[in-house]
Amino acid sequence: MILRLAPALIVTLLVGPILAGLAMAILPAFGYLPALGGNAFSLAPWRQLFAQPGLWRSVAISLASGLVTTAVSLVVVLLFQAAATGSRLDHWIRRLVSPLLSIPHAAAAFGLAFLIAPSGLMARLVSPGLTGWERPPDLLIVQDPWGLSLMAGLIIKEIPFLLLMSLAALPQLDPQRRVAIARSLGYRPTIAWLKVVAPVLYPLIRLPVYAVIAYATSVVDVALILGPTLPPTLSVSILTWFNDPDLSRRFMASAGAVLQLGVTASALATWWCLERLVARLGRGWINRGGRQSGEQPLRLVGKGLILFAALTAFVGIGSLALNSVAGFWRFPDALPQGFTAAHWLRAVPALSRPVTSTAIIAAASTLIAVVLTLAALENEQRTGHPPAQGRLLSALGLLYLPLIVPQIAFLFGLVVVMESLGTRPQHGLVIFGHLLFVLPYVFLSLSEAYRRFDPRWSRLALTLGASRNATFWRVRLPMLTAPLLTAMAVGLAVSIGQYLPTQLLGAGRVSTVTTEAVALAAGGNRRVIGVWALVQACLPLVGFTIAIGLPRLIWSQRRGMRGVP
Amino acid sequence: MPSRTLATAPLALLLSMPLHAAPDPADWDAVLDEARGQTVYWNAWAGDTRTNRYIEWVNQRMQDEHDVTVVHVKLDDTSAAVSRVLAEKSAGNREDGSIDLIWINGENFAAMKAADLLFGPFAERLPNFALTYPEHNPEVVTDFTLPTEGFEAPWGKAQITFYHDSAEIESPPRDIEALLAWAEANPGRFTYPRIPDFTGSTFLKQALIALSDADEALYAPVEESDFAAVTAPLWDYLDSLHPHLWRGGRQFPASGPEMRNLMSDGELALAFTFNPSEPAAAVADFELPATTRSYVLDGGTLGNVHFVAIPFNSPHKAGAMVVADFLLSPEAQARKQDLAMWGDRTVLDVARLDEQAQALFALDEENPAMLPADALAQTLPEPHPSWMTALQEAWRERYVRN
Repeated sequence: MILRLAPALIVTLLVGPILAGLAMAILPAFGYLPALGGNAFSLAPWRQLFAQPGLWRSVAISLASGLVTTAVSLVVVLLFQAAATGSRLDHWIRRLVSPLLSIPHAAAAFGLAFLIAPSGLMARLVSPGLTGWERPPDLLIVQDPWGLSLMAGLIIKEIPFLLLMSLAALPQLDPQRRVAIARSLGYRPTIAWLKVVAPVLYPLIRLPVYAVIAYATSVVDVALILGPTLPPTLSVSILTWFNDPDLSRRFMASAGAVLQLGVTASALATWWCLERLVARLGRGWINRGGRQSGEQPLRLVGKGLILFAALTAFVGIGSLALNSVAGFWRFPDALPQGFTAAHWLRAVPALSRPVTSTAIIAAASTLIAVVLTLAALENEQRTGHPPAQGRLLSALGLLYLPLIVPQIAFLFGLVVVMESLGTRPQHGLVIFGHLLFVLPYVFLSLSEAYRRFDPRWSRLALTLGASRNATFWRVRLPMLTAPLLTAMAVGLAVSIGQYLPTQLLGAGRVSTVTTEAVALAAGGNRRVIGVWALVQACLPLVGFTIAIGLPRLIWSQRRGMRGVP
Repeated sequence: MPSRTLATAPLALLLSMPLHAAPDPADWDAVLDEARGQTVYWNAWAGDTRTNRYIEWVNQRMQDEHDVTVVHVKLDDTSAAVSRVLAEKSAGNREDGSIDLIWINGENFAAMKAADLLFGPFAERLPNFALTYPEHNPEVVTDFTLPTEGFEAPWGKAQITFYHDSAEIESPPRDIEALLAWAEANPGRFTYPRIPDFTGSTFLKQALIALSDADEALYAPVEESDFAAVTAPLWDYLDSLHPHLWRGGRQFPASGPEMRNLMSDGELALAFTFNPSEPAAAVADFELPATTRSYVLDGGTLGNVHFVAIPFNSPHKAGAMVVADFLLSPEAQARKQDLAMWGDRTVLDVARLDEQAQALFALDEENPAMLPADALAQTLPEPHPSWMTALQEAWRERYVRN
């Protein structure tokens, strides 16, 4: 049966290219790349790599930004859910999750940079009135050498992701009942949530957490905008070495890619140890049985932090929007001296081609991903083997490999592999490249809803004489419309945001809004960046709007099928 | 790696069969014939909307005139295109590459030529090439002291140009020494792009030429001279300059355009660019105040020519040559120099063109942010490309924190 093949197909489709790409990074790292005259294995690339000034600082910053970003985002998400479940803020933030998630990383980073720079929006609003600054103060804020602004930019984007993932996992834990029992024992609500829900929730979102660690240790675009510069993060250094016109640096770049793999792996290992430590300390905290202490501050922090993060992201995007229509706008004016549509008018004629190919690539890769995901999940239902949840090493767990292996470590190698297989860069190849990243996210978003779908519905349909296929098409699929559309919207957003895979696998010939935005960002014109970042942010928003609106339209008579919120 | 060889061999055979020999620019009509209907993928840095608009205009004209479609493959860094051709070569793709034309010069050209990644010689046989009068303008056949040998066709000219807000500074520093004194008096108001950025590296070379008395050494490969001795004055200079720079020299903008942003935000009071018309263009785009003025350092500044080259495995060499030739036509060059379009200076020897062609270049506009026409007379030639790499390495050794 074709369904049976789905898991195997998925794993080959994802694991094959990554292993091949990694192999083509490891061979040059040890001196083997015949096209450049490297015919023998040697350790020279590594010696050259370790002689690079500032290398260990780069490594330390990559490692730290991975761990700090993840820790802070996770704490904010857990505290928020503990403090705000059921409140009006909770309702609000749940509505904001999708738009927040749809803002591309680069756009959010540009927004934040303009917000917090010494000549940025915040300084402009309070100058010269409160500060007396007639010209921007000479302060090192954006691109600080410790990577703090980089971490801030990443945290803003990772919070909505982890929140969405926990919102998807929560219902199967029946949190209200757990909290109700704890409260009947005298626990205050926030403490109760943290003590009885958080410990069971964490194993379910562990995989997304690991994905965040891997992403934050190896991110390129955000690090280019907000990260330190002398030296930059490891991933940015690797990219410059790969792109260096001195072609002999390719060997060192490959060694760097392998080192990046090691850095990400150490970050994951460190986190794993931290998990053990926190579990031990947390058990003591729970066993002590404190019911009240800390409730008030925890509640405040839980609500305050997420509000602050969401606000920062939106104000940042707002300031980009303002820039995109700004005339001359000099420090310390809080608003531009004039407004103009010139930047938009100039961009509009150039929009159609990239927008079309973005839409085609995103739609195609998402559709393929959804079909494969549904096939694998349906197969799981029929064979009755749901895999252990949250475990990395189950067979289908390999699905998440693209989220854990840094892009920069295998993409350059993958290009060489694809070339030698004779595939020429075109839309198809780019779609395939996007599928590597879209599929895991779609799977991640859909699997929980699918697996916890009440089996009695299907059983009822079967007893009424419907075939298994009919049950799938006429009962399961319609009832899962809302989560299915959300998963598709996530898939679209992931595809739209991809830069490196598009650029490398498409040889630059396939231009999407993201590649256009990055290319124009090189020119540093903030007004042009504002235009393209908004376009880039709007496209996924269309997806999310459909995902939320469509079920309401189709199921206007059936409240229970409209999905959250 | 046997598996790769196995996979490639039959493909290479298959691919090489239907292809015929590369077009010969000596028979120009045949080239035009072959070019008809081709699509030329032109990889060019796309950080400037003006450049992009110009390339789109070239596409329109090429479609009307020669039935050739030009697709601008937008790059954020030209070296990415070098990387791509290399990846294709290493995978054995010798006939069907993805790049037909690259906007290139300097170290990228040196790297590609050294690795045999370029098609040619073709440039000197393009019909319009004669209009550059290379015998009088050697810079159009020299790229960072390397003879181009016909492997790239000249396209435009760049020269380091300083600019400032005249409302804030009346008399900006006129040479490298005065710049240090000015920076000391105005701490935090000047900087240069972070090495290895192109514009930033050029600043190092400019300072080195001004400060060292071993100028001839700079025009030969760096191995032939005592690098430490020649560059010692430069490092002394930078050591005393850095504490007075923007952010105390602990941080540098990533590129020339980012430096322009800092000017726009009022963080800097003095900056420089490689494109002499950039300040005027930025005023028109509301980025810089109308009081912006440009000037060139006394004794001249570094200038160079930028080119277009064709990769060895381009499948549309004829189309690419027709585009390169059109770019050299008086019509295209004049259009490019027009500030309303882009403002990039021509490589043609305008004084030697016929009157009709000369009239195209007659620029009537008096833009106060533009340089006076004679300001660019003093152009210092670029040192040998090996100096750029050596300076970049040495700079990183000194100023990247461990």
